[in-house]
Parts: sequence; structure tokens; C-alpha cells
Amino acid sequence: MKKSTNQIIRDNSSKLSRRTFVVGSAAAGGLALGFHVPFGATSALAQTAGGTEVNAWVVVQGDDTCIIRVARSEMGQGTITGLVQLVAEELECDWHKVKAEQVTPGQNLARKRVWGEMSTGGSRGIRTSQDYVRRGGAAARQLLLRAAADEWEVPVAELTVENGIITHGPSKRSTSYGKVAAAAARLTPPDPKTITLKDPKSWKIAGKPMQRVDTADKLDGSKVFAIDVKLPGILCAAIKDCPVFGGKVKSYDEARLAGMPGVKKVVKVKDTAVAVVADTWWRARSALEALPIVWDEGAGATASDATIADLLKEGLTATANNGERKNGDALKAIEGAAKKVEAVYSTPFLAHATMEPMNATVLLGPDKAEAWVPSQNVEASLAALSEASGVPLAKCDIHRVDLGGGFGRRGGTQDFVHQAVAIAKEFPGTPIKLIWSREEDQAHDFYRPISQCKLSAGLDDKGNLVGLHVRVSGQSINATLNPNGIVNGKDMRQLQGLWAEPGDAQLGYDVPNLLIDYVMRNSHVPVGPWRGVNTNQNAVYMECFIDEVAKAAGKDPLEFRRALMGPHPKHLAVLNAVAEKGDWGKPLPAGVHRGIAQFMGYGSYSAAVAEVSVSDQGKVKVHRMVMGINCGHAVNPDQIAAQVEGSVAYGLTATLYGECKVKDGRMVDLNFDSYQIMRLAEMPKVETVIVPSYDFWGGVGEPTICVVAPSVLNAIYAATGKPVRQLPLKNVRLV
Amino acid sequence: MRYPANGLGGIFKLLQTGPPAPTGDNFRRKATSKRKLMAKLNINGTVRDVEAEGDTPLLWVIREQVGLTGTKYGCGVAQCGACSVHINDQVMRSCSIRLSDVQPTDRIVTIEGLSPNASHPVQKAWAAIDVPQCGYCQSGQIMAAAALLKKTPKPTDQDIDAAMTNICRCGTYQRIRTAVHMAAADAAKG
Repeated sequence: MKKSTNQIIRDNSSKLSRRTFVVGSAAAGGLALGFHVPFGATSALAQTAGGTEVNAWVVVQGDDTCIIRVARSEMGQGTITGLVQLVAEELECDWHKVKAEQVTPGQNLARKRVWGEMSTGGSRGIRTSQDYVRRGGAAARQLLLRAAADEWEVPVAELTVENGIITHGPSKRSTSYGKVAAAAARLTPPDPKTITLKDPKSWKIAGKPMQRVDTADKLDGSKVFAIDVKLPGILCAAIKDCPVFGGKVKSYDEARLAGMPGVKKVVKVKDTAVAVVADTWWRARSALEALPIVWDEGAGATASDATIADLLKEGLTATANNGERKNGDALKAIEGAAKKVEAVYSTPFLAHATMEPMNATVLLGPDKAEAWVPSQNVEASLAALSEASGVPLAKCDIHRVDLGGGFGRRGGTQDFVHQAVAIAKEFPGTPIKLIWSREEDQAHDFYRPISQCKLSAGLDDKGNLVGLHVRVSGQSINATLNPNGIVNGKDMRQLQGLWAEPGDAQLGYDVPNLLIDYVMRNSHVPVGPWRGVNTNQNAVYMECFIDEVAKAAGKDPLEFRRALMGPHPKHLAVLNAVAEKGDWGKPLPAGVHRGIAQFMGYGSYSAAVAEVSVSDQGKVKVHRMVMGINCGHAVNPDQIAAQVEGSVAYGLTATLYGECKVKDGRMVDLNFDSYQIMRLAEMPKVETVIVPSYDFWGGVGEPTICVVAPSVLNAIYAATGKPVRQLPLKNVRLV
Repeated sequence: MRYPANGLGGIFKLLQTGPPAPTGDNFRRKATSKRKLMAKLNINGTVRDVEAEGDTPLLWVIREQVGLTGTKYGCGVAQCGACSVHINDQVMRSCSIRLSDVQPTDRIVTIEGLSPNASHPVQKAWAAIDVPQCGYCQSGQIMAAAALLKKTPKPTDQDIDAAMTNICRCGTYQRIRTAVHMAAADAAKG
């Protein structure tokens, strides 16, 4: 075993951890629930944490344990470990005595958002908080050193610190963080702006493949997810929303549930859903299944895959667009080109299918409201709780529980919190746990947007790309979730990864005549961010088409790309890295073919080389994926590799199987027997190449997923000679 | 009670069509019982009295009556394996086993009872290479891996492919494979 001792266990023992407190109370049959951190009292945390709060980010206990506070959510992506590494690095504490502790949005609000933004999406968890959390760690270190210097009456400059032990060399004295923490907490903190952060070259904890701080309780069943929360007197709810999006409840026959065991109440939730509340979830679910419900399905009931495809297809040739970037005159250049290439691609709706289905537990007291929510944005959960319950924000709080998967489903969309509150309003003082069945989860997602894309390219007589037009027609996430993001009818979000602007999701190709435009065509199906969001679809379109154009030009796909990437050295560097590690151009076993792709999203540069074979029966096998990423700073290389490996599984599931079919206005495939998910047997060997350039901070959770599908599709193109222009592969006859 | 046609997912479907998944679904079946049942279950070496309708899935008895929540609900139709437990040393998907089909003599082991202090070679290997991401499916993955090693102490990649059919949406499959091999080597060392 690589590791046996000194496992750093995430702190679940301090009184601050509401989760532990609540579970402990339930186990003991106690009733002492509710808030133990007084709202508005800035010193409350320092008193309750079982140690001394040196500053908002660092609490030091008497045994020198350093508790490091984390605001962002953990859903498996390793953000807690990474953030703790960054604080610990600047703090100069003993890594083996570090614990992590999550703060609640109520505490954050009460302390004027001292912990900053809590939202965890868009691969922002580390990159947008690294600066202030490192300053927090460094400020705490300065305070602890000053306290020691004051005590010894020596200049602070004469002190050194390592692993939380402060030493005064000249007098050979030493002390520890635990001993000076109380004095440090009384000092005036330094202005964060005056702090000089460490050069990453000197990092000892950050930048290293530290083991996760949150693994232990995932191994023995003791980890408490929101779905596991136990509270005295808790009742459980199962819910069914109108299967047709936009439909309503017409009537239901509650009398049919008479005498069913454990059933407490049937609750109409808003106008669209019916919930059954019972003493256990299984009884609630069984009763709900037995409840006859008549729906007013509304206008959406006439929609199907075919009508939605027609809607999008019309957008491919529409005159007016909803946003564009351009240089030169692409249409004219293509018109006059020596050779033209044209193709239409499409990608389907996809569900997130988090392993832990949507759920929330809500307890509405006489003058306060609390909830346990698996949330990528606990402040949005707090807002939803307050809005739906009518209880002022300052009297609401969200208990921190980690998520059983997020992938973008549980951020801004807090629909399940609104539902749980609506049910809990019928049971004041009683905790209500709402759990969606898998079928409900599949039926009422905010799906990855469906789109089609028409691409046209013009080559000159030497095979150079002289003009490119990319027209995306499809649904808009902003139209569903953020209408204010659409300004004057323009919505560039759907062109993520194809943007001209550097730094976030810039297209890595320089084409003399380029037109990329988006036409919004919205169906009645709600859409939202899905791990990698629009980079997924746009990378398939751009990167597969580039291979088609390269072939028409008679050029190697890698060389063809390189010729377009002059002004984009960072994109090119990652592409070159995977080409080298992925043995591009070198011999392969018979029947195995390579495909390559590169793209940018979330401030990071990604590329992939896939090795794929296609059997005589048309069965695809992905043997090996070489994945490259430049995320700027690599805070934990092992966790970056884990995210890259995971992105391959998520991306390959979408490539091979993912599709949410619509019939009669509703989702068709409601469980994993028909909505197929890739299993271990199909997992290729993944090799992760991390090439950090340490001159920016990029994301990790999402960037690499978008190069999975196009690299695999390009390998299939190499194998069969026929481009694959629609997903998933299960619907495509390859031979 | 009559289930609606699109009704009660797994149970109904299993009764109609038999098992869809390769493991844990070929458990003995008697006639359906909606009647409330007082049953004795041997879970993690302790015999417990539970009270639930006879057709309640073992998963929900374990979670809601017994209170052991390490065994997870993922699909209810024996597809994802998040609910995997051992019954008489065989890995089974507890979402699709009815309470009325379980005997007091059946030895049920959940993740909580797999080992003291997470000391099973599978758990140690999982920790050593940080297999879990979100962790939600990992109870089931670990139970599946432990059952595999009990039957096949030195599994090949093909053995692992065949046995480890649980779904992980975080995509920890590569590390699961590595960890199963590592656990096998560790167990062989004793």
C-alpha cells in the first residue's frame, strides 16, 4: 500500500459541523436541533470550532491541528483537497495535522461573505478562489509568527517556520501554532494586498499529488449524503411532476390511497406536481405509483424528436442570427474556393444522471428554516429556501452535505428545494425529506442542449483553409435559466469554445475568412449546463469537421491543425504534447486507428489522442486515450488525473450511448435499463499529460471532456473512411 | 394492489421479465406479499427484527428500517449496483430483492459490516489510490469487488470486466481496476 499512516481525515467532529451534530443527535434520539451558531455574531465560529479562529480561513486547535475552512462544494472533483492544499501551503502548517471544514451560506451571509462566492460550477472552484484563500493562509501565518515574536520580544524577521513549528534561531527557542494561536487571534490582521504569495516553484504541499482529505468515510458507508440524513420525526416524500414539460395537474384520486400503510398526506406541489408524504420513502413511492393522476399536458405534448429536429434544421439556413464572430468574408471566400467541404452534424439532449438522485430535506420551524441540500451552490439553495418558505434569509441556513455527483445539475437550478419547501409547508416543525425516483430524475432534468451544426469550408488549390462558416442552431441555456444573459437577442454562450476572445474558451484556429454564428431555436424541453456545457457539442462539430477538411486537403489531421494554430501557442503546445505521448504517426496494431482533437474551455487548454478499433460488425472499442491539459497551475496532479479519467468515462458514455429521446412531449428513457451508461469493461486506458505553464489559473473538472468525443469520432473516421456526424454511436451504422 | 403499467420500476419488471443485470438478481422469489411482515434479518452478524410490507425491497428495509445508509439507492432496477450487498457471500442488488424472500438464516452483509475499521484489502486499496470521487457508488463498488476477490482471488482484467458492472458517473473505473488488482496482491501477501 502506498499509504497507511497519517491519513488526513476530514474533520467531521467539531461542533461546527452541523452534519455530524445532526446525525449524532438522531442516533442518540435527541431533539436538540436547530442553529447553534448565532446569526450575526462574528465571533461565534471562533468559539464553537473547538479551537482558536486565527482568521476566517484558519482555526488552530491546542494540539496544533489546523482546521482549514472551505466554502465551495465537493461533488467528487477534489476541490476541497485542492483548496486545503493552497491554504496549508501559505500557512506553513503540518499537512498531517490538517482538517477541512465547510462553512454554511448562513454563516457566510452573517459575516458579510467573508468566504466569498460559494457557487461551484464552471470549473471555478479553485481558479476563482485561489488568490484569496492563499492570502488567507498567508495572513494567518503572519499573525501566528507575530504572536511568537511578541512573546519572545524578538523581531519577526528572525523567526522561521516549518510544519507549524516556529523557531527563533539565535536563541534556539521554538513553539508551535497551537501555543500561539490565541495571541495571534488578538492581533490586527495584515492587509491582504500587502502579502506576497509564494512562487509556485517553491510549493511543498500545493502542486503535489497529495491524497484526498475526504476519502475515509467513502469506504465504510459512514459518509452522510443528503439522501441519508436522519432527523427525529422525519417524513419522506415522493413526487411526480407532469411528464410533459409545461403541463399541469388536472386531478388526482386521493381516496385510492385510503388505508395504505404509512401514508400521511397527498400534496399538490405548485400546479405541476403531486407528492405523497409517508413515514418511509418506499411507502411514499409505492403510494404515489398507486395514485391515479390526470394531467393537463398542455401544448408540449405534440413535440417529439422529429418536430424538434425540424425546428433546429430550419435554423441552419435562417437569415437572422443570435450572435456571431467574424473576420474577413467567409461566405465569399468559400464561394470562390478551389474546393468546398460541407457537412451537417447533430447532438442530442443528455441527462446528468447523478448517482444520487435529486433530493432535499427541509425543516420549517416557527421562525427559521433549514435544509440539507446536495448543492453546487449553497447560496442559491439558501435563496430558494427563503423565497419558497417566506422566512427571511437571515433566519435560513443550508447544512453542508457533499453531493453524490453534480455535473451542473445542482447549481442554479434549485427546483427540488422549491418542491421540498412546498411540501414541508404542510408539515411545520416536521423535517421532510423529498427524494426523486430515478425515473423522476430522468424525466425532469435540465438537459444538455440539443443542437445541429452546418459547417462549410473552402480550400485553395494548395489545400489551405481560406474560409470557414460554422452555423450552430439549437437551444439556449440562457433562454431556460438566465434570460438576462441574452442582450438584444444576442446569446454568445452557445458558441463556447469557438469564441474570438482569449483566456476562457477561445477557438485555437486562425482562419483568414471566418464566420461563426448561432441561431436560437428553443423547444419546450428545459436545458442547462452539463459537465463541459457547450464545449462538448461545439468541439464535436469543429474538430470532426476539421478532420473532414484535412482529408479533403490531402493532409494529416495533426499537420493541418498545426498550420492554423500559429497565433495560438498554448493550444498548440497541448496538442503537441498529446501527439508526442500518443505516438501520433507511429505504427499501430492491425485494425487500430488514431484520432486527434484539441479545444479550449474553462480557461484551460485540452487535447486528446484516441486509439480505436471498429469490428467487422461495427462495434467500437476505445483502447487508449492520451489526454492533455494545461490548466495553468496544477494544484494536485493526481486529482487532475482523476478528473481527466472521469471526463473520459462521462464523455464516452455520451459518445457511445447518450441520448434523451422525446415522444409526446416527454422523456422516453427513464432508467438505466434504457438510458445506458458505460461500465468498467468499456473504459479505455487513460494516460493524462499535464503541462502546466504556471502563468494563469484554469479549470480542471470540465475542460478535457469536450475532446473525448471528437478524438474518438476522428479515429473511427480514420478506420472507416466515413465521417460520423451524429451522436450517439449506438444509432450509427459504422460498417 | 395493481401496479400501473409504467409503474413500480424494478420489482414489477423483474417479476415480469426476470433479471436484467448480471449479478445479484437471481434471488429466490415467492408470491408477492403486500401484507405487513414481521421479519428477522441477519445483518452484519446481528439478528434484527424489522417490520415492513413483504414486497418492500431489501434496500429500503436496510436504509429505512434498519438505518444503515451506506447502501445506496441509484436506480431501483438492479442496473447501477449502488445497492450491492452480500447475501451468503454472493453480491446481490438489494433494490430488487423483496423482504418476504429473505430468510432469517440468510447472512446479509452491508458496507458497514464488511470489515472493522475499513481494513478489508479492497477498502485499503481504494484508500491507497484514492479511488472515490463523489463516493456515492463506492459502497456498491467495494462490495462487488470484495465478492469478486472471495470467488476469484487473482482476477484477470477479463474477470474484473465481467464482475464489476456497477455504474460510476464520476468515472472512477480506471482506478477501480487498479485497486482490485492491488487488493488481490495485498490479500495474497496475507
